[in-house]
Amino acid sequence: MSNLKETFLTPLGLNNPVAVQVLGICSALAVTAQLEPAIVMGLSVTIILALANVVISLLRNTIPNRIRIIVQLVVVATLVTIVSEVLKAFAYDVSVALSVYVGLIITNCILMGRLEAFAMANGPVDSLVDGIGNGLGYAIILVIVAFIRELFGAGTLFGFQIIPDCLYEAGYMNCGLMLMPPMALIILGCIIWAMRAKNPELQEK
Amino acid sequence: MKALRNFLDKVKPNFEEGGKLSAFRSVFDGFETFLFVPNTVSKSGTHIHDTIDSKRVMSFVVIALIPALLFGMYNVGYQNYLVAGTLDQASFMEVFCYGFLAVLPKIIVSYLVGLGIEFTVAQWKHEEIQEGFLVSGMLIPLIVPIECPLWIIAVATAFAVIFAKEIFGGTGYNIFNVALITRAFLFFAYPTKMSGDSVWIAKESIFGLGNDLANGTVDGFTGATALGQVATGSTTTVTDALGNPVGLNDMIVGLMPGSIGETSVIAIMIGAVILLVSGVANWRTMISVFVGGALTAFLFNAIGSETNQVWNLDWMEHLCVGGFCFGAVFMATDPVTSPRTNCGKYIFGFLIGVVAIIIRCMNPGYPEGMMLAILLMNLFAALIDHCFVQRNINKRLNRLNNK
Repeated sequence: MSNLKETFLTPLGLNNPVAVQVLGICSALAVTAQLEPAIVMGLSVTIILALANVVISLLRNTIPNRIRIIVQLVVVATLVTIVSEVLKAFAYDVSVALSVYVGLIITNCILMGRLEAFAMANGPVDSLVDGIGNGLGYAIILVIVAFIRELFGAGTLFGFQIIPDCLYEAGYMNCGLMLMPPMALIILGCIIWAMRAKNPELQEK
Repeated sequence: MKALRNFLDKVKPNFEEGGKLSAFRSVFDGFETFLFVPNTVSKSGTHIHDTIDSKRVMSFVVIALIPALLFGMYNVGYQNYLVAGTLDQASFMEVFCYGFLAVLPKIIVSYLVGLGIEFTVAQWKHEEIQEGFLVSGMLIPLIVPIECPLWIIAVATAFAVIFAKEIFGGTGYNIFNVALITRAFLFFAYPTKMSGDSVWIAKESIFGLGNDLANGTVDGFTGATALGQVATGSTTTVTDALGNPVGLNDMIVGLMPGSIGETSVIAIMIGAVILLVSGVANWRTMISVFVGGALTAFLFNAIGSETNQVWNLDWMEHLCVGGFCFGAVFMATDPVTSPRTNCGKYIFGFLIGVVAIIIRCMNPGYPEGMMLAILLMNLFAALIDHCFVQRNINKRLNRLNNK
């Protein structure tokens, strides 16, 4: 049981896929200009990763070693297509905002990394927990970055204005750079910086 | 001088380890080494040590900036009185004092924020205070429009000092010119306060000096910079704020809208002479920026364009308008972010000139290209150096092997 808990918790902190392993950066920069798409993206990745982990973990003893990458890709692609269709059906605006990045979950390094490193070697329950943990670890970073970017870049959260009008009248302005990908990279860098400063064991020699 | 030295010696024990004010050790140290060349000597081997250390070098650059600064102050006042139509009644001192009061807060904010961060970091890491911000702090107010709000300058300065300098390891380790990063941040984060035609002329009276232009009392003036006018207009004719055409002579004198320090070629050239005579800046970089810019501008001018008037600007005008001179003299020659090899300096400067004019002519988004050109070439400075050092090594190896 403690093993499962550890599997779930380490990706949220000390072995975070984005902040520590530095995977999935591309989508983390692209979809974090607003909070809503970032959360949807984080949840989509979590669902796909959890299900793909379970499927691959169940099949792991029957997959021939030489074609395992193709099998993994087929599983992930199927799940991505399903999620993409569901988003189009029930959350069309968000799916437009996410544009190609839902489809590009297939190429997200976190997925291939977890499938190769974990699901191929562990049982379905462990894999499910690992998938949810890593997906949420990715989602947390996305939400933090998107929170900062939307608050300072547009003065809103989930599209609702947070920064009061009186501040704008006093001369405050939204920072346009926050809405551009370079600033997302800098914020991400700051998160990594903070994590490493707090956990010295993460620093390379 | 003697009294100052004695005073410093008297209060020094308070700042040393265990003293009452040891928390401010780095601040004291910074001021002491700024006022007097430190008399520390090397303990091993034989060294020849020049007393011109980097704090003295920085001071020379600040001195070289003073003509541009003073002229910028006068120009701020001049533009305000010109637009209000009261230039005839105002005395020189009134005009200058208004500009002085308008520019001074920007200098204070830039130094307070930048030095505040530097002092904090130095104290925190138990290091000596680094002197690099002496120059950056003076450059920053000179490369922003007069109507740029103070809090925005403070945010941008903090951003640049932390992300362009401190995280690279402080003065001497930064890849990019700190003052230009400040400007780039401002430019992309708050474009409405950094470009367009409403930010280049001071609009509020200060302590009864100057004229209030904000509430529509005066209309019918254009506040765009020369480059802004050409980029959006249909001719290459540049006008002053009242609509009278200005020629090359006026561009060289510089009584026209623009960033505070960049308008006057004469003031900048006085600074350039100070830098070159004192040996602080390198003439190779400076000359090659102008050569690169002139050649490229000449080329674009020769091709010509029906739709984009920037192409049709004369090469002389290209070099005189906007931030070209200022960038070439004070930014491109920054010894930290430019190459060390002499051949590298030629290439570096030449490409800055070329890229600056290309950006001016070929991008539809913003009229000025000097900032981005210098930042781009800063990135390649180390590579240029590497190529030339490697070439020299190979050449000497060949010579040795063929002996």
